Amino acid sequence: MIRTILIDDEPLARSMVKEYLQHHAEIEIVAECNDGFEGVKAIGQHKPDLIFLDIQMPKINGFEMLELLESPPAVIFTTAFDEYAIKAFESHAIDYLLKPFSKERFDKALQKWMSVRNAVESKNTSALIESVAQPEERQRIVVKKGANIVIVPVHAVYYIEAYDDYVKIHTKEGFYLKKKTMSHYEQALDPALFVRVHRSYLLNVQELTKIEPMEKDNHVALLKNGMRIPLSQSGYTKLRSVLGI
Amino acid sequence: MIEQAYLFNSLEWSWEIAVSDAVITQLVLALGGYVMHTSFRYYRPGQKNALYIIIWSLMMAGALLLLQRWALSEIFSTQTDYLSFLSRSTMMRYLFNWLMIAFVSVISWLWYFLQEQQENEKRKQDAEQLARNTELASLRQQLQPHFLFNSLNSISALAGSRPEEARKMVQQLSDFLRGTLKKDDRQMVTLEEELLHLQLYLDIEKVRFGYRLQTQIIHDEAAVKMKLPALLLQPVVENAIKFGLYDTTGEIMISIEAQAENELLTLIITNPFDAVTSSSQQGTGFGLSSIQRRLYLLFFRNDLLTTTKDENLFTTTIKIPQL
Repeated sequence: MIRTILIDDEPLARSMVKEYLQHHAEIEIVAECNDGFEGVKAIGQHKPDLIFLDIQMPKINGFEMLELLESPPAVIFTTAFDEYAIKAFESHAIDYLLKPFSKERFDKALQKWMSVRNAVESKNTSALIESVAQPEERQRIVVKKGANIVIVPVHAVYYIEAYDDYVKIHTKEGFYLKKKTMSHYEQALDPALFVRVHRSYLLNVQELTKIEPMEKDNHVALLKNGMRIPLSQSGYTKLRSVLGI
Repeated sequence: MIEQAYLFNSLEWSWEIAVSDAVITQLVLALGGYVMHTSFRYYRPGQKNALYIIIWSLMMAGALLLLQRWALSEIFSTQTDYLSFLSRSTMMRYLFNWLMIAFVSVISWLWYFLQEQQENEKRKQDAEQLARNTELASLRQQLQPHFLFNSLNSISALAGSRPEEARKMVQQLSDFLRGTLKKDDRQMVTLEEELLHLQLYLDIEKVRFGYRLQTQIIHDEAAVKMKLPALLLQPVVENAIKFGLYDTTGEIMISIEAQAENELLTLIITNPFDAVTSSSQQGTGFGLSSIQRRLYLLFFRNDLLTTTKDENLFTTTIKIPQL
């Protein structure tokens, strides 16, 4: 039996998938979710083999939901119109369904997934969410703290620090860990607001109060909260050009 | 000026007197003309108040005459012949002054009038240009791919299980799109008409989002016949729904209230939002700034659209002057 979860904020969109799945006795729908929060919970609880996932949803979008999962299941995306997402799917050879889709198209996507099952699906999904810079990421970063999901507005981020396979997102409330790379955030965030001042640091320039010289040609950035962040030589140059000094 | 000097010279006044008289008379007149012209820049009587111009110019002509007389009698205080001539020619001089001032006034009034016409014309053109642009933008917005494709997806879902409802939704979607295509942005419509159009949109969205979307429309009896620009209300409500639905989970209530108060139609649209994470923190948002621009071009006022945030409620207030 293949266990699946449908995640879409429009009930009729789910009922459509449900109807198409009636013809596939080997697939069982274990849960239906209205949004990403419910999705994270249901996926943690049921550990499905496959999920059908909409992109535009309340509070957190489909990609943000996937980012919160330790090991994301295989995904078939269903979307009406998200150009950036479609580009990402195509560059990762990931199948997606454009609403409204026919039963034939749906069966084909399912068939394709079944044939490559047990392959490196989950790895593909991770690569996809790493590469896609969602427009929402310019506004917010969705993180997990224990069992809670926290939505951090980007202006509340002090700086982002590299931490092995993760990044530490520093805010007033402390830091959050997220499995992403520095270069992902360097691309996704507004370059006028976040500057890669060091291999390991991406700084919110609005938090900066002072740049102090150190020994040799090195500099250090002093933040409003008193923290000090080292600047690499190229980082120092970049910072100065963004600040226009 | 030269003609006047010749004329006076031929009346057997010396060249010195003739030229001085002409120069002073004309210089004072020029000053008066300039004052009239400048004053029109600050206050110009309307077309119906031509009488004002006549009275003004009569008074100005008198004032100028006194000035001319004073200057000339100062210069030629010893020439008694000339002074008596000056007294005798008072009426003629006054008439001459008045004619000149009235002429300048009329010309300058016309000049300003034409300038204003041109400005109005330009503003009208700008408004039309923007209307065309908003027409396109609103088409794009209402044919918003998300809205359209998701609606079609809902219809497709209904077609299998509830064909009657699918048929109804096709009808609603068609009526809504037709309404959008048919309407002209410059046109003023009654609130009643606009609410009918809005209802189609709300019905479609309610099919899409089911129980999550609740709406209420409250209006005064007096408000329904009041007028507002076509296709103004729907984008604002669309904006409210988008924020409400994507900023929160669970049920949301969108309320639309219309009140008639002293020659103003007041529309109040509220939607829930999340004060912490909301992206609507970023100013008024695209949807609303284009509405603000439209209101400015139609009514030349920037204070007609206001937004307030109260805990978790976002309120958009629009005032439409009744012309």
